[in-house]
Amino acid sequence: MSLDPVPLLQQLMLVLAAAALFTSFVLLEQARLVSAIHAFAWQGVLVALVTLLVAISGGYTHLFFSATLTLCLKALLIPWMLHRLVRRLELDRHSEPLQRPALVTMAALALVLFSYWLVLPIVQQELMFTRNIVAVSLAIVLIGLLMMVARQQAVAQVLGFMSMENGLFLAAVSATGGMPLIVELGVAFDVLVAMVLFGVFFFQIRASIDTLDVDRMNRLTEQGDEP
Amino acid sequence: MTAALWSAGLATGLALLSSALSLLTARNPRSLRLLVMPVFGLAGLVALCAGLLALTQGGVATATLPLGLPWLPWRIRVDALSGLFLSVIGVVSLAVGIYGPGYVRSFERGRDSLPALGGFTGLFLTGMLLVVLADDAYLFMVAWELMSLSSYFLVVFHHDSAANRRAAFLYLLMAHIGGLAILLGFGVLASFGGDFTFTAMRSAELSLPWASVAFTLAFFGFGMKAGLVPLHAWLPEAHPAAPSHISALMSGVMLKVAVYGFIRVVFDLIGQSHWQWGVAVLAIGGVSALMGVLYALLQNDLKRLLAYSSVENLGIIFMGLGLAILFQASGHGTLGAVAFVAALYHTVNHALFKGLLFLGAGAILHSTNERDLERMGGLLRRMPWTGLFFLTGCISISALPPFNGFVSEWLTFQAALQAWQLDSGVLRSLVPVAAAMLALTGALASACFVKVFGVAFLGQARSRHVRRARPVPMSMRVGQGMLAVLCLLLGVLPTTFIGLLGGVTRQVLGQALPQATAHGWLWLTPIAPATASYGAPLVALALFTGLGIGLWVFGRGNRRVRRCDAWDCGFAPPAADMQYTATAFAQPIRRVFGLLFHIEETVTPQENGPPRYRLNVRDRAWGLFYLPVARTVERAARQVVRLQSGNVRIYLGWSLATLVLLLWIMA
Amino acid sequence: MNGTAWGLALLQALLYAALAPLLAGWVRKLKARLQNRRGAPLLQPYHNLYKLFSKEARMAHTASLLFRAAPYIVFVAVWLAASSIPLLTTGLPTAAIADVIVIAGLLALSRFFLALAAMDVGTAFGGMGASREMFVSALAEPAMLMAVFTLAMTAHSTNLASVVDYQLVTNQEVLRPSYLFALAGLVLVALAETGRIPVDNPSTHLELTMIHEAMILEYSGRHLALMEWSAQLKLMLYGTLLANVFFPWGIAQGTGLLALGQGLASVVVKLALLGAALAVCETVLAKMRLFRVPDFLNLALLLALLGLLSHVILEVGI
Repeated sequence: MSLDPVPLLQQLMLVLAAAALFTSFVLLEQARLVSAIHAFAWQGVLVALVTLLVAISGGYTHLFFSATLTLCLKALLIPWMLHRLVRRLELDRHSEPLQRPALVTMAALALVLFSYWLVLPIVQQELMFTRNIVAVSLAIVLIGLLMMVARQQAVAQVLGFMSMENGLFLAAVSATGGMPLIVELGVAFDVLVAMVLFGVFFFQIRASIDTLDVDRMNRLTEQGDEP
Repeated sequence: MTAALWSAGLATGLALLSSALSLLTARNPRSLRLLVMPVFGLAGLVALCAGLLALTQGGVATATLPLGLPWLPWRIRVDALSGLFLSVIGVVSLAVGIYGPGYVRSFERGRDSLPALGGFTGLFLTGMLLVVLADDAYLFMVAWELMSLSSYFLVVFHHDSAANRRAAFLYLLMAHIGGLAILLGFGVLASFGGDFTFTAMRSAELSLPWASVAFTLAFFGFGMKAGLVPLHAWLPEAHPAAPSHISALMSGVMLKVAVYGFIRVVFDLIGQSHWQWGVAVLAIGGVSALMGVLYALLQNDLKRLLAYSSVENLGIIFMGLGLAILFQASGHGTLGAVAFVAALYHTVNHALFKGLLFLGAGAILHSTNERDLERMGGLLRRMPWTGLFFLTGCISISALPPFNGFVSEWLTFQAALQAWQLDSGVLRSLVPVAAAMLALTGALASACFVKVFGVAFLGQARSRHVRRARPVPMSMRVGQGMLAVLCLLLGVLPTTFIGLLGGVTRQVLGQALPQATAHGWLWLTPIAPATASYGAPLVALALFTGLGIGLWVFGRGNRRVRRCDAWDCGFAPPAADMQYTATAFAQPIRRVFGLLFHIEETVTPQENGPPRYRLNVRDRAWGLFYLPVARTVERAARQVVRLQSGNVRIYLGWSLATLVLLLWIMA
Repeated sequence: MNGTAWGLALLQALLYAALAPLLAGWVRKLKARLQNRRGAPLLQPYHNLYKLFSKEARMAHTASLLFRAAPYIVFVAVWLAASSIPLLTTGLPTAAIADVIVIAGLLALSRFFLALAAMDVGTAFGGMGASREMFVSALAEPAMLMAVFTLAMTAHSTNLASVVDYQLVTNQEVLRPSYLFALAGLVLVALAETGRIPVDNPSTHLELTMIHEAMILEYSGRHLALMEWSAQLKLMLYGTLLANVFFPWGIAQGTGLLALGQGLASVVVKLALLGAALAVCETVLAKMRLFRVPDFLNLALLLALLGLLSHVILEVGI
């Protein structure tokens, strides 16, 4: 297996994609909510940088706009909103350590390997290495979903959902050179609206069952409705 | 090559002779150590010579014995593979033969039957030699049964203790289940080959499903004998129960005979290799290695600890074999040969250092009558030579340079690192992960043997009878010394031994390793000198020279060292019970890896006196695997009990029905 | 192998032994400055070693011959491991034994004897230090070997000289994710193995916070000098490994005088920068309790595994 000498820009893209994968691991493992929000913000920055580099190397002008949009939305606005929400819910010192961290980490690594194996038969696009970044982005999506399964806190679940969206965006950017601008704008505003709705709902949930632990919500069945 | 065959036959004959001679010990107890053990050792020496002859000469020699059934006589065969295992059996038997006279002296005045000890030891050796020499399935199974049965009687030698009887029963049960699986595997091969001889099986063409069935049966049967997780439960029960020189034979040699069986059936007779098989063997080997060493760390009984450590080392051997199958299946023959050589080298190494460690444990048991690590301590002063040889064994098993354990572990790592040549990306990631697990195992083994040597030999004695340990007889020291010297030799001159092993790889895999020894006796270069090279003699020379210079510059003459009290923080002088215990040493690891075991830890406060602390560590395999299987078998047996109505006519009715059915099938 | 090459190899070994206390003194001085103190002089470790060598060595009554021999074994093993790592140049005959697994094995040998010597005296301190040291090293070993494997899979060799040469040849591939992850993992492992904050405090004397210091508590005189020198050599070993393998620019590849001088200058600069980074890290972080060290080392293992996975997924063409 020989490694072809890859130009500097593409190397940087690979490094940033790998760093984004690392941040999704950090998101998975991080016990403290505020640090998890910071990790999510960094993931947004990295995804925006990758978009920027794809834009520069491929000459897609609309991707510059996408990169700026991602940076503002994913790296600045949404983390700020989450931070404000957490402070209002008085959860900023909350820390929820992962149960069975070894098992969850091994599952995450297995998901990375699985996404690599899955992506193997995809025909290469014009940039050879981006096929590999598709594997990484699929892994980010799957690890985001794993985070939603492994964590009990509702805000942590939101972070998992948002990280899935990051992964999908990265996949779109690296595989096809970005989605059409209309689609991207639409998705971005959907995410923003979802954030606002989450904020409203969390207050309602906490008011009714006095906790944001998702496992407690299965008591809201027909049999019994006392917490 | 016929000389090798004759020598092997002579060795078998001598083993049978030692067994027969032990009948004399009923009248004359001293003849056990004066006559039987030396003949036993001589059998080992002849077997070693036979093996070396077979390895150096190459080729194959077969013979047909006038025994067995008329249309199915017993055939024996000597080739490079059996030669290697003959040498392994021979060298450990020789060491045991030298060690034996000193050790069995303490049994002469005991109540246990001496003829049984000598007789079954001889039969045990005979069984093992015949397994390695067998060229057809019939002789193989007879010899396998002989080996299992005679070792059962040896395990239950001290039959006063109920725990020993239970351990021996479990051992017998599992040996027979494993033997059944092997027999079924041979059945599959024989049905395709048309005959029970190995020659016929070798030329049989097996379809993939049937080959997988045969492989699974062989892996199950030989893996159970080799003690792979989760089929290992008999090992930590049976090996400690037997007398120590028998434990050395069982752990050092019998487990290797299981490896021989696996290689013979999978690599030689079935002859195919598929990557799924390789991954399965690699995975189970890795799990055995890790679980074995973790359980070993938590034991306080010295012999049980050594038994679990055997589970670990067998796991490492099977990891090497799994890698060999994997590389062979992917078409990389040379890499497969490297992994195969690594596995074979580790087989030889383990026989040597595990034999040495069990003989050392026997020496400790002989001198102090103690097996519990928590009562030992400070034995280096009372038994300096045993301590030195035991230290050699500990360093070798921890895979540290310049001893032999390091060479086989280095070769395994080099083989695993060549995974970049594989085509599948998934395999290219999984093989290094397995190698990392091997690294974890090696580091944990090192921790385990620091605990063993540190608690048993160093520090202060933790009980009175250990403080007054008896001196160790000369024959026991010589036996251990021989194995220790061999450990050092195999570590410092790996190229010579790999040259010897080249014949085995050529015969079994069809590949040789010419470049391994291409750069002279100094450098071990399994793949290419630019890739990796290990100058074992250089490293050993540098270490010993540095040590010598340091000791000479600083240690000679009037540069004395004054004795004083140890630092005690200004409180009372350190007493023996202030030392770290073996349980305490393993506590951090017990805490981190705790989920893998079934640990019960209780602290009960007492009214008068210090609180009592109780720690119980159990093997999870019992609850997860053995008890459910036992319950299922019991339930099935209860169903079958309904057939026992007690009425004679109904039994006769069953016989009539079966007879009619058989006649109909035969027609 | 001509005589000058072997002479240079010997010189490299002596240079290692000579420079190791300097590196330790540099780190100590920088830490003192960061803590607003003036600190001991830069050459203080040399004075300490000289003083210890001339003092009398004493042994506890319960110690045996192994206690006496262990400092020599530990020192020789660490020195041999360090001397094979390319310091000035990769063109030396000792490069042939610079196999990473052999170096790890030699370090494991020194650790084995260090732990045994600790248990030899029969006090609680020694047992505690030995138990903790074997525990930390057991967890650090897979992370270190995983990081090494990532390097070896790229350069197709475990020989350090080959890896460095490969790095120098494919010069433009600096920004490789697998290398960066492996570097991060190795930095964490180096902190654990050399006994630095946040794993162990090298300047403490409180028994509950000691790992390495607990093991050498009973040593005095020339034995203690050898043990301390081995610890400094180990720090230099890891520093040179990180500096010359991951940032190999400046190292010589032959034995010409100019190239050697350039190699020496570059390695001194690199080690000085690494020492400064270590001093900052030790000042900023606090020592973790023992049962948080597994989390730390699991992070190192995760980084190394991610390095391997990025190599397999991102870097190999087809």
